[in-house]
Amino acid sequence: MREIASTVITKAVAELAIKANCILPADVYGSLKKALGTEPSAVGKDVLGQLLQNADIAKNETMPICQDTGLAVIFAEVGQDARITGGAFEDAVNEGVRRGYVDGYLRKSAVEEPLFERKNTKDNTPAIIHTRIVPGDSLRLRLAPKGAGSENKGILKMLVPADGIEGVKQAVLEAVKAAGPNACPPMVVGVGIGGNMEIACLCAKRACARDIDSKNHDPRYAAFEEELLALVNKTGIGPAGLGGKTTSIKVNVEWYPTHIASLPVAVNINCHAARHAEIIL
Amino acid sequence: MSQQPKRITAPFDETTARSLRAGDSVLVSGTIIAARDAAHKRLVETLAAGQALPVDLKGAVVYYVGPSPAKPGQPIGSAGPTTSGRMDAYTPTLIEQGLKGMIGKGYRKPEVIEAMKKYGVPYLAAVGGAAALIARSIKKYTVLAYEELGPEAVAAMEVTDFPAIVVIDSDGNDYYAQGQAPYKEI
Repeated sequence: MREIASTVITKAVAELAIKANCILPADVYGSLKKALGTEPSAVGKDVLGQLLQNADIAKNETMPICQDTGLAVIFAEVGQDARITGGAFEDAVNEGVRRGYVDGYLRKSAVEEPLFERKNTKDNTPAIIHTRIVPGDSLRLRLAPKGAGSENKGILKMLVPADGIEGVKQAVLEAVKAAGPNACPPMVVGVGIGGNMEIACLCAKRACARDIDSKNHDPRYAAFEEELLALVNKTGIGPAGLGGKTTSIKVNVEWYPTHIASLPVAVNINCHAARHAEIIL
Repeated sequence: MSQQPKRITAPFDETTARSLRAGDSVLVSGTIIAARDAAHKRLVETLAAGQALPVDLKGAVVYYVGPSPAKPGQPIGSAGPTTSGRMDAYTPTLIEQGLKGMIGKGYRKPEVIEAMKKYGVPYLAAVGGAAALIARSIKKYTVLAYEELGPEAVAAMEVTDFPAIVVIDSDGNDYYAQGQAPYKEI
């Protein structure tokens, strides 16, 4: 059994937090650059130009791309033949978030309880951790910081089978229209279809954090991603919501088997800075 | 933004506030006030308790922002706009207190637009997510109140050529609607 020390996990998470927040992933950068060439609106082009310039400054000066460095969302795939030593896995991850956010001059945006005092925890912990046990002996960590401007615009709809493809399209369109400029378009739209209530949301979040130059492995869903992208780009919202044809740079869909009576659909929206960084230990 | 930007100075006087038109691209210099969710709540609670505000809002331009921490030797970290709509519940009260301009991003509620029209207040948007770029126009950041709120503290920001676009003017003209209309197919 392979051993992975918790200190190694902590160090990796701290580095991922800084990297994800300061370096726009190449796939997102490339997509914004491509949009700059195709966007017909002059104001829209101007916004896209500013976003690229912003990404360059952030990378060169190791500054956050956006001041909202989010809650740290971590997708962990733990190989069942690996053993984590020297402490609890979640403690190691949270210590990494703490170090990354403090040492990297990232904003601390976590409050310790949601309703009464809403006191800032001052180190951006706790992280949101999604863990899966998978075959193998390695540990894959993907950190996707998520700001609230876009997160607040997420929706879940418990559709029924009769709502079908059209129902899903309308749900996505409704979410994108309601998000508008608030979610910092051009957006990356994550759509989760199927499963039950919580799995639909988790699929949407995974879709949001997926590379934007990737496709769903099922060709029908990959085609549906394209169809949804074309649909939301007809809303006219455009870059920064100031009008144009680039409302979204990618719609990613993830799905899961579901109940005979259900068609849950969740839409999780990401801003243009679809931040993510990954490491395999 | 595609046009030559207007240079304006904050705080806003009556003439400046009313001269801004939806769609105008502007560069703001002077002093603006950083305040967001928790600070707005406290300001309005302070007024409700009949107490004086810790900051003078006469002519003030508020910027909805919670910056990331400054690195040593720098005035501020990344500092892009946050979603303005979360401040809507408090905004008409602050406008009644003399607030003369707002900078943020996103849609506003009808009651905010009504207050803007009544008191002659424009609403400007900065580009959401252009936070490292915007930080270059912020020269000084001084906490004025509620320091314990960290990134949510009320602060004075000295700015030079801070880039923004007028999205809703003091007559209620809405550039989000105007700008999107030519591209809206559904």
